[in-house]
Amino acid sequence: MNEFVERQMKLTWRPLKKSYDVVIVGAGGHGLATAYYLAARHGMSNVAVFERGYIGGGNSGRNTTIIRANYGIPAAVRFYQRSVDLYRGLEEETDRWLMHQAKGLLWMAHSEAAVRAEQMRAKLNTEFGAETEFVEPRQVQELCPQLDMSGGGRWPVLGASYHPQGATARHDRVVWALAEGAMERGAHVHQNTPVEGLVLDGERVAGVRTAAGDVAAGAVVSAVGGHVSRIAAMAGLRLPIRTHRLQAFVTNHYQQQFGPIVASSELFFYASQTARGEMLLGAEIDPQPSFSYRSSHDFVQDVCRRALCLLPFMSNLRVLRQWTGVCDMSPDYSPIMGQTGVDGFYLTTGWGTWGFKAIPAGGEQMAELIATGEVPELIAPFGLDRFARDRTMADRGSAGTH
Amino acid sequence: MSLRIPCPTCGDRSVHEFVHGEIRRVPDHLTDPDERDLDFAFHHDNEEGVVTERWFHAQGCRRWFEIRRDTTTDRIVETEAS
Repeated sequence: MNEFVERQMKLTWRPLKKSYDVVIVGAGGHGLATAYYLAARHGMSNVAVFERGYIGGGNSGRNTTIIRANYGIPAAVRFYQRSVDLYRGLEEETDRWLMHQAKGLLWMAHSEAAVRAEQMRAKLNTEFGAETEFVEPRQVQELCPQLDMSGGGRWPVLGASYHPQGATARHDRVVWALAEGAMERGAHVHQNTPVEGLVLDGERVAGVRTAAGDVAAGAVVSAVGGHVSRIAAMAGLRLPIRTHRLQAFVTNHYQQQFGPIVASSELFFYASQTARGEMLLGAEIDPQPSFSYRSSHDFVQDVCRRALCLLPFMSNLRVLRQWTGVCDMSPDYSPIMGQTGVDGFYLTTGWGTWGFKAIPAGGEQMAELIATGEVPELIAPFGLDRFARDRTMADRGSAGTH
Repeated sequence: MSLRIPCPTCGDRSVHEFVHGEIRRVPDHLTDPDERDLDFAFHHDNEEGVVTERWFHAQGCRRWFEIRRDTTTDRIVETEAS
């Protein structure tokens, strides 16, 4: 965070204490949201968030900021809808402008099979609380006049599921607002303080090890993105996680308004317009597990080729910036939240390519779990033990990145 | 520049021609058969650093081979001789 932003925000950096009730590892969206809701909803402010870099500098600063709830399984629809609702009220709650804007999201179908899948998605979403309807090509064209409905002759738009609550928000405003809210209520955030190990007391996790010494904690929560396997190994856990890169890029300014967020799971890309007017494009994860932040030219080339089928106007734009995040992918494409079987150690991970939209609900539910000791109903299906119980939450088709 | 995978038969080719194959290892300290099954089915080493892995040249010679790659940089450190 630069000095200008820091002057605008009421962030209070306090010295490190020797002991906290709760220590959260990772000051990204999920870590800060957990700290915020612990303080705001449960009056727990003896909380510290440890961050090896700066707040929001990991995947919270590298995503495509899409907020939606049109998932494919009931438990996920309910959970993400909670997040959509919390995001809508977050500006008022934190008294900060988060540039939250509902744009509507169109999920295209280019084949009979995809039409059926999107019709099913619309039904299932509506049934479990997320507003989605299947729209015919004529309505699709009205919602997004820039679309080439013939899909370049190869990918005709045969319909789409339309999710009016699909939205975007400014990613760093979200993390700053949550950091500010947590710090105002007494929580500590320690930047440039990597957690180097966990303090074990028998079988129990009792604190974290940093360069400034050991810090005791009643509970340790891992909210890291990209390196969760390393933290979990410190607690003796092996995780069903593989880390892959996800790339994205923006073009230069497009002078017209591009209304909705457009996604196509058959062409494997999604696009929206940023507040600056740039077209923001994302697509699939890189095929090999990797922790590298390098971006590649073939990604841009490939995504542009596919995007131009639907959005031919983009041929007049130029690619401005490209970046990469590293995503902890779970095998069933659903998050992993809750207790771990190791006393005093909690996880919120498996946020793969769908973490930003879940920041408020993930934080709220994790805070409730830690404060009350009981697993909230909303996240009970997403526990780490689901793999051993043969209750995986397979929802690959809703990730939009595969 | 995209990642190029050195196929021992076909030479350096784009990563998109290949299928990645992980070499699964269940740690020896796991002795319970159910725990071993769970580990084999779901858990990964997910190592940061040099890993040995298999690749399948799906759109080329269709052979499996092993390479060693640094997952923190994507640099290939060792390749199988052709």
